[in-house]
Amino acid sequence: MTWLLEPDTTTQKFMLMVVAVVLFAAVMGLILFLVDRPKRIPSWVVALGFVGVPLLFLAYGLLRPGLITLWQSFFNRNGTEFIGFDNYVRAFTEGQFQHVLVVTAAWVILAPLLSAVIGLAYAVLVDRTRFEKLAKALVFVPMAISMVGASIIWKFVYEFRPDQPGINQIGLLNQVLVWVGLPPQQFLIGQPWNTWFLIVVMIWIQTGFAMTVLSAAIKAIPDDIVEAARLDGLHGMGMFRYITVPSIRPALVVVLTTIAMGTLKAFDIVRTMTGGQFGTQVVANEFYTQAFRQGNQGLAAALAVVLFILVIPIIAYNVRQMRKSEEIR
Amino acid sequence: MTSTPTPGQAVAGSALDEDVPQTQVRKLSRLERRAIATKGRLSSPWASFIAIVIAILWTIPSLGLLITSFRPQEDIRRTGWWTVFGDLFGGSAQFTMDNYNEALYGNSNDLSTYFVNSFVITIPAVLIPITLSLLAAYAFAWIKFPGRNFLFIAVFSLQVVPLQIALVPLLSDYVDRGVNGSFWTVWLSHSIFALPLAIFLLHNFMKDIPASLVEAARVDGAGHVKIFFRVLFPLLIPAIASFAIFQFLWVWNDLLVGLTFADPAYQPLTVKIAELAGTRGGDWYLLTAGAFIAMIVPLIVFIALQRFFVRGMLAGAVKG
Repeated sequence: MTWLLEPDTTTQKFMLMVVAVVLFAAVMGLILFLVDRPKRIPSWVVALGFVGVPLLFLAYGLLRPGLITLWQSFFNRNGTEFIGFDNYVRAFTEGQFQHVLVVTAAWVILAPLLSAVIGLAYAVLVDRTRFEKLAKALVFVPMAISMVGASIIWKFVYEFRPDQPGINQIGLLNQVLVWVGLPPQQFLIGQPWNTWFLIVVMIWIQTGFAMTVLSAAIKAIPDDIVEAARLDGLHGMGMFRYITVPSIRPALVVVLTTIAMGTLKAFDIVRTMTGGQFGTQVVANEFYTQAFRQGNQGLAAALAVVLFILVIPIIAYNVRQMRKSEEIR
Repeated sequence: MTSTPTPGQAVAGSALDEDVPQTQVRKLSRLERRAIATKGRLSSPWASFIAIVIAILWTIPSLGLLITSFRPQEDIRRTGWWTVFGDLFGGSAQFTMDNYNEALYGNSNDLSTYFVNSFVITIPAVLIPITLSLLAAYAFAWIKFPGRNFLFIAVFSLQVVPLQIALVPLLSDYVDRGVNGSFWTVWLSHSIFALPLAIFLLHNFMKDIPASLVEAARVDGAGHVKIFFRVLFPLLIPAIASFAIFQFLWVWNDLLVGLTFADPAYQPLTVKIAELAGTRGGDWYLLTAGAFIAMIVPLIVFIALQRFFVRGMLAGAVKG
C-alpha cells in the first residue's frame, strides 16, 4: 500500500486522488449523518458538525503555525537562544534589508496605482463601444496566467543579446531600441530600473482585475446622474473628474487595497525573473531565501511577521473607507 | 500566489451584476445609449488611440511567446519571433511541434509528469475546501450557536494573514509526523489556506437567500442537513461555480505551496517551469513551450467560464 503515500505511476496518482476525494466525502457524510440522526439534538452539536472540521483545519494550519512563527521570530537562527527584537532590528536597520524594504515599498505603491489608473482609463475608453467585449477580454486574459508564466513571457520580451554585428536581438523590447537607433539594454540587470521592469509584469497581470471591477462600477452609475451632469454642461474630462471618479470611489479603494495586498505577498515574479539578484529582492522572496536557503529560522519568522504587519495599514485604510462610504449612505 | 487577485475585501457599494440586468437595460434603450456614448466620449481619436495601444501592449508579449514556441530551435536563437511575419510572405517560415515534444517527453524534462501532478493536486484542493467552507458558511449564516459571531469574525480576519507566516511551522509539523512531501500534505495545506476567503464569500451568498425560504423549510420539519442540501445548495450553484474557478486558478497557478510542501517527484507544473527558468534560462525553445503547456489549462477554464468568474469576483470585491 505504499502508493497511498508514494504513488509512482500516473494511474496510481489518479487512484490516490480518487481515494482522497472519496475518503473526504465519506468522513463528511458520516459527520452530517450523525448530527442529523436524533430528533432533539442541541443546536450547537449540529453546528459543530458543520463548522467543526473547518475550524480544526484553521486552528491547525493557520492559527497555531502563525503563533509559532511569532514566537520563533524572537529566537536566533536555529531557535536555540532567545534574542528579543534583534531579528526585527536587523530587518529594519541593516543596509541589505533596508534596501529590500525600499524595493517592496516601490512594488506596493506602483503596482496598485498604475494597474488602477490604466484599468480605469481602459474601462472608460472602451465603455459602450462596439468592441467592448473583445477589448476587455484581451486585457483580462493575463489574469488566468500564473505569475511564473507571466514572468517567462516578459523575460522573453526583455531578452538581451550583445550589441555586435551579425547578432539579432530576439527580445522585442531591445529590438525596438535597435529600431529607433539606441543600444540594447540589460533590462533585468541595470539597477535601479530593473525593479521597475519587474513591476511592469505585476501591472500587466493586475490591470485586468482593476478594469473589470471598475468597469462594473462605472456601469452602475445611475443614468439620471450622468444625464443631469450633462445638462449642467459637463463633458469629457469634466464628467470623468466630477462624476465618474467620485461615484466609483468605493470600488477604487477595493481595487487598490486588493492589489496592494496581493503584491506584498507575491514572490513568484522576483524569484522567476532575477532570483532576487541585482538589487530586486522583496520581503516575500527574502523570507523564502532566509527560511529555505540560508536556514535562518529566526530572521525568516521575523520577515513573515513584518509582511503581516505591513498588511495591517492597508486593511485599516480599507475599513476606514468602508465606514466613510457607509456614513454617506 | 497566483496571478488572480484575491477578491474578498468587504466594501460597501452598490451590488453589481454585470451580466443579467445589463442586457435587458441595453435592449430597451440601445439607440439612446449609443447616442449618449458618442456625445460624452473623451476626445475621440486620442481615446481610441490610447485604447488600442493598451490592447496591443497587453497582447503582444503572449503572442510572442506563443509564436516562438512553434519555431524551430535554430530560428529562435538566430532571429526574433516577429520575423515570421516577413517570412510568411517569403514562404520561408517554418513551424514545428518539436519544442512541445521535447518539453513534454524529453529525457531531462518530462513536463508531462508534472502536468499530471498539477491535475492530481488541483482537483481535491478545489473540492475539499469548497465542501468544507459551504458547510461552515451555512452554520455561520443559519444555525444559532454560542460564539457564532466571535468565530465568524475570527475566520474572517484570518484572511489577511499571509501564507508565509504559517509555512515553516506547518512544514516542520509535517516532517515530525513523517508525512511531508506527499500529495496529502499539499491537499491539506491548500484546503486550509483557502478556507477563510471561501467561508467569507460563500457566507455572503448564503445571507442573500431570503430567510423566509429557510424558515418555511424548517416549519415543514426539515433539519439543518436537509435544508442545506435541498434548499440552499441548488440556489448556490452559481456562487459555488465562481468560487470553484477562482480556487482552480489559484491552486493550478500556485508556486509557494507546491515549492514548499511537495516532494520533487510530486511538484506541480509551475514549480518545474520556475526551476527551468532558473537553470536553463537561455533555452527559449524549452521555456516558451513549457510556459504555454502550463498556461493552456487555466486559459481554457478561464475563457470558457469567464462569466462565472467575473460575477464571483465582483461579488467578492464590490458587495458588502
